[in-house]
Amino acid sequence: MTKEVQDAFKSGIPIFIGYLPAAIAFGILSKGCGISLLECFLFSAVVFAGASQFIALNLLMTGMGPGGIILTTLLVNFRHFLMSAYLSTRMGRIAKKYVFMIAFGITDEVFSVLSFKKGQLSKSVVFILEIFAYSAWVTGTMAGYIMGGFLPEILTKSMGVALYALLLAMLLPEIKTSVKALVLTIASGVLNTILIKLDIFPNGWTIIVCILIIALAGSFFTMDKVREEVYE
Amino acid sequence: MNNLIWIILGMAAVTYIPRLLPFLVLSDKKISKRVDAFLKCIPVAAIGALIIPGVFSATPDMPMAAATGMAFTMIFGLWRGGIIIPVLGSVAVTYVVLLFAG
Repeated sequence: MTKEVQDAFKSGIPIFIGYLPAAIAFGILSKGCGISLLECFLFSAVVFAGASQFIALNLLMTGMGPGGIILTTLLVNFRHFLMSAYLSTRMGRIAKKYVFMIAFGITDEVFSVLSFKKGQLSKSVVFILEIFAYSAWVTGTMAGYIMGGFLPEILTKSMGVALYALLLAMLLPEIKTSVKALVLTIASGVLNTILIKLDIFPNGWTIIVCILIIALAGSFFTMDKVREEVYE
Repeated sequence: MNNLIWIILGMAAVTYIPRLLPFLVLSDKKISKRVDAFLKCIPVAAIGALIIPGVFSATPDMPMAAATGMAFTMIFGLWRGGIIIPVLGSVAVTYVVLLFAG
């Protein structure tokens, strides 16, 4: 096994642990909403986007029609457009048939792990992470639907922290060496908190606004640096 | 087919298309320095907003538990780095705090 494949396995495990309790919760909730096993499975297997699935269940219960639910899903998941845009510039040339599979598995956590890997991203690393994420999400959903709350509540809550810890662990080497990265991260978190408190954007859009504003601000700093390097 | 299956398929489509489009449009294209600088800032911008403020409601009854777990990740991550120990450690620390202080 090459070093990069080993690393991919190491980052895949925390994603698995973090997704499992959320997926189990989704399974339990779906059953509570009176959805069939097949529909519950399809949710996780073909949509594969955590937050939007929970939101959809909520909206279904309020009696919202298909148009409203699908539009909300588009808004909530549109942030992945920006994440895919970033990743596509990191992967070099890949065969079209792989692109269709890779794109399906781009989630917040897969994106986060990939974005801090150095150098060009190989498709095997991407696939390993996506398989960990997808298998945790689908098996967790089924387990939750069929078995209910089989894990103690304290454990599932603790496991939920894994995703945040994973993001932080990925970020640390970056912010240790770059003041700019530290400033941008904190600025983005603060801006997100403010926007959520203000409650002016629809669900899922505060994060998009944060990414756009903070990355744009960050790009000006980078440009200055590039210019300096050119003049030196 | 019933209504819900159509909703699920619709949701799948509007989730998949934004994930796919950039790969079809951007890869292989020469992008300008300015756009490239913008794209390079997306990870930290996204992750900042993904962690804050969500982490404070990871353990809703007791935000201190998640905060203690994250503190472990921060300290161990800065000291030794790595992924597995900082992450599993934070889960263990959160679990212990919830168990004894919850």
